[in-house]
Amino acid sequence: MQLTREQVTHVARLASLSLTPEEEVHFAGELSHILDYVESLNRLKLPPPGLNVGDGEQGPTPLRDDTPRPSTPVDLALTNAPDHSGQFFRVPRILEEGR
Amino acid sequence: MSTDFEMVVGLEVHSQLLTRTKLFCRCENRFGALPNTLVCPVCLGHPGVLPVLNREAVRLGIRLGLALGCTVHAHSVFDRKHYFYPDLPKGYQISQYTHPLLTGGVLTVRSGEGLREIRLHRIHMEEDAGKNLHAGIRDASHVDLNRAGVPLLEIVSEPDIRTPEEAVDYLKKLRQILRAVGVSDGNMEEGSFRCDANISLRPNGTSAFGTKVEIKNMNSFRFVQKALVYEYERQASLLQRGERVVSETRLFDSSTGKTSTMRSKEEALDYRYFPEPDLPPLVIDSRWVQEERDRLPELPQERVRKLSEEMGIREPDAEVLLLEEDFFRYFEEARQELSALARAGSWPEAQGTSRLVSFLLSEVLREWNRKGVPVLSGELRPGEIAYLVAQVVEERLSLNQAKEVYALCVEELRSPKTVIREKNLSQESGEEKLGEWIGEVLAENPAEVQSYREGKDRVFGFLVGQVMKKSAGKAHPQKANRLLKDALGR
Amino acid sequence: MTPLFDGLAAFCRGRDSRQFSIEEATRDYLSRIEREDPELGAFLSTNSNAVNRARQLDNRMARNPAPSPFYGYPVAIKDNLHVAGLPTTCASRMLANFRPLENATVVERLLQSGAIVLGKTNMDEFAMGSSTENSAMGVTRNPWDLRRVPGGSSGGSAVAVAADLAPMALGSDTGGSIRQPAAFCGVLGLKPTYGRISRYGLVAFSSSLDQIGPFARRAEDALQMMLLLSGPDGRDMTVASRDPAEMERDFRADVRGKVIGLPEEFFGDGLDPDVRASLDRAREVLSGEGAVFRPIRLPSAQYGINVYYLIATSEAASNLSRYDGVRYGYRSLKSKNIRDMYTHTRQEGFGPEVKRRILLGTFALSAGYQDQYYRKAQQVQSLIREEFDRAFHEVDMIFAPTTPTPPFLFGEKVSDPLAMYLSDIYTISANLAGLPALSAPSWPTPSGLPVGVQLIGPAWSEGRLLRSAAILEEAVGIRRPSVGTTRGGEAA
Ligand SMILES: [Mg+2]
Ligand SMILES: [Zn+2]
Repeated sequence: MQLTREQVTHVARLASLSLTPEEEVHFAGELSHILDYVESLNRLKLPPPGLNVGDGEQGPTPLRDDTPRPSTPVDLALTNAPDHSGQFFRVPRILEEGR
Repeated sequence: MSTDFEMVVGLEVHSQLLTRTKLFCRCENRFGALPNTLVCPVCLGHPGVLPVLNREAVRLGIRLGLALGCTVHAHSVFDRKHYFYPDLPKGYQISQYTHPLLTGGVLTVRSGEGLREIRLHRIHMEEDAGKNLHAGIRDASHVDLNRAGVPLLEIVSEPDIRTPEEAVDYLKKLRQILRAVGVSDGNMEEGSFRCDANISLRPNGTSAFGTKVEIKNMNSFRFVQKALVYEYERQASLLQRGERVVSETRLFDSSTGKTSTMRSKEEALDYRYFPEPDLPPLVIDSRWVQEERDRLPELPQERVRKLSEEMGIREPDAEVLLLEEDFFRYFEEARQELSALARAGSWPEAQGTSRLVSFLLSEVLREWNRKGVPVLSGELRPGEIAYLVAQVVEERLSLNQAKEVYALCVEELRSPKTVIREKNLSQESGEEKLGEWIGEVLAENPAEVQSYREGKDRVFGFLVGQVMKKSAGKAHPQKANRLLKDALGR
Repeated sequence: MTPLFDGLAAFCRGRDSRQFSIEEATRDYLSRIEREDPELGAFLSTNSNAVNRARQLDNRMARNPAPSPFYGYPVAIKDNLHVAGLPTTCASRMLANFRPLENATVVERLLQSGAIVLGKTNMDEFAMGSSTENSAMGVTRNPWDLRRVPGGSSGGSAVAVAADLAPMALGSDTGGSIRQPAAFCGVLGLKPTYGRISRYGLVAFSSSLDQIGPFARRAEDALQMMLLLSGPDGRDMTVASRDPAEMERDFRADVRGKVIGLPEEFFGDGLDPDVRASLDRAREVLSGEGAVFRPIRLPSAQYGINVYYLIATSEAASNLSRYDGVRYGYRSLKSKNIRDMYTHTRQEGFGPEVKRRILLGTFALSAGYQDQYYRKAQQVQSLIREEFDRAFHEVDMIFAPTTPTPPFLFGEKVSDPLAMYLSDIYTISANLAGLPALSAPSWPTPSGLPVGVQLIGPAWSEGRLLRSAAILEEAVGIRRPSVGTTRGGEAA
């Protein structure tokens, strides 16, 4: 699989990574090389894809009780934040409305 | 609305669950706390944390599924849905994609005079995001993660809805069921019940689907109605001009009543779903499902049927009475008081019930809608409403007088008894007194009497009005009617 | 200079007989770190509170006997495991200033039993690498030959134990990150069965493959550590409810009559002749104890690397989405709006190997390619699991090399990611199949470089694997590098 620079740009955008033009070229080559290598999987004869959803042998999933625990004090919650304002995490202006 | 096209609508509802804790951590699930006080490393998405699934959230999911007749899957799977947004701490939302907890089921809605079944496509569990705030902040946005990780059920209908009214009734009925089984408080103002709509149009009589548009951000039933009407007109005029509808996501703006493009299909996000490796498949014991089935309360539809059979209340009226549990409880209490009054006054209870229902559905509900508050914070106790209705049944007050009394009670925060006493309100049904008023009216309006006798029926209403006026509204309308006819000799 | 004690049992004897105090033992290791680590670079941070804690433990022991073998025992922790009070950097610029709010479950259990954290060890950034060369914090050197890599990603923990900077250490293993550096540094490293140990507090690389495990000089010590760390904690739903005590029973059982599989695919052309020769000697030791060797086939194992680099990168791309500069970690200042902040933060905060894997994983999961890559990889993964399942109907464990070659030189593979990936070719399949596997020291190569024997067992057979490791340990002997010289050598 030969990845184009455009594909790398697209993937980088999906991953929220900005790449320099040199990096784009570099990663296009390198990722193509790795993809060529992993492509050999396609030579394998595979069983038909089944539902990979637990085999039910383990029995019901153990779940936790709905009992609250004290939350992290707000100053600790914010202590690692690069920027905060009052009790909020502060980020550069969000331009889009909704998602 | 144009009539050349049929509207095809599917709804996606996100409902928060009434759990004590969040879906994957033990922070409290509570609205209105100070910013970032209900957070922990798990819901902050710190490095190294892992989700642990809340049993109560699963239980509520099972209950909703049973109430809606869904298939409750013994195996379901959590997936990661990826996108970057500051209110989404991990960069992905834990949701269910290929194997949801619930599929199928139906919800019956009122359609014109009849009923229609809207099929449900699927219901899955997922976590809520936090909140971004922009208002009043210069060059920045703020993030509050108290809501991040709150459990949600996403309820997706099939595209079976055909009118805005059906859509609104679907949402009302769904919210009613969510409340009835204790899954959610359905509070739209606090965002615990949120709705997106997919809408497409097709020429009447055809069956292929048109291009669909997704509408987001409608946070009241009224806005859903408005957005669908607006979107119908927009798409219909495009199609009539021979243009194409573009597949896209649009936002509803409640201040303009319009929808506008949020993102096109080309910009559609690639969510890169894959199974959440930190959570094993959710395997549910069939005994648990049975237990929940046994514990399910009587569902709204069943209650409507009973009300109609046992009390002779029309089904559409019964549905409205049952839409809000508080409203129904109010009705029930008033009905019991009224039944005591019926025994005391030896009149048939059924007559009182039907008067009570129509009084509640007109006066009380209007008052409630006007104020936008639950009726229980209104000013009349159920016993007082019962008293007022009994006055009407016993013909001491006319219906119009009773309405007037109610309005005064609500406005002046006084009891019906006081208002009736102070305004000296009572209904006159004595034939002697009525005859006196009628005699005066006939004497004062000879021309009208003449034209009535010549066959102008319309004048009768005028004469009745004069009698009512003369009596200061106290005349018993039916009796006055009858006596007036007798007096006119026609 | 040898440490105050050699092995957990010796530590307990010395501690309980007051031959040395906990404070003395702790200071001994801290001064070794101070002396040797500038050259080796195994540690990213040391615990300034260690001596204080040791003193407190000594005081408490004056009144009550030590409640656990690990009471006062010093350990080193890989820098992707949270220790409250110390930074967790994952050797990344992204987390250079991150302070965890709580302990990892494994750390909590160590502390509960009285262990003392000496410090946090170097690693490949976010555990992505096989040489510790991908650390943003600097290089870690192999104590057997300072020109060579220690392996990775848990290179710092392996070196700490190999050079006696800590008697034991914790690492994490996603595709060989405990076993490969253990082999390169001549110590024992164990990757437990998936679901044996809680991952809570381990910064995730690939959630379905990551497991935490110990580095030790002795199999017995590794067993004790496993008994302490294993079992559910209510914070990780992927932990199985297995009784850890089964490991102890299995460890006491004899190897006589045990059938050991030799997978043909692991002894092919790529295997270095010196490594092969060392492994032959190790095999004779186990045969001499009554184990029976039998050839087996694991034909799909050769696709392990392919499967691994699709699944691990997909999960990694997902797990690393949380580093967005909002709640913690590095934030680029070059941004006026939120989208710019994301892309610049991630561009500047992640190193090249991390970015490479994020891109590969994002691509493998993206619309239109998921079936061809991610899902295909999952299918082959099931195939590999089934082959192991079948093999373990015939054999009790599998004997293989840990690495194809002895430790390589710095820079030898950095420019060729694929060549670097291939150094994990023998270790990856145990992760893909969720099986326990360890690397135990075999005899060094003629030029004095360490060689590791890899033992892979069926799920929950850690005790059995450690038994065989103990037998090899007795035959090979405990070997220590002579730290401080650039040329490795044997020192018995
Ligand atoms: Mg959703
Ligand atoms: Zn939380």
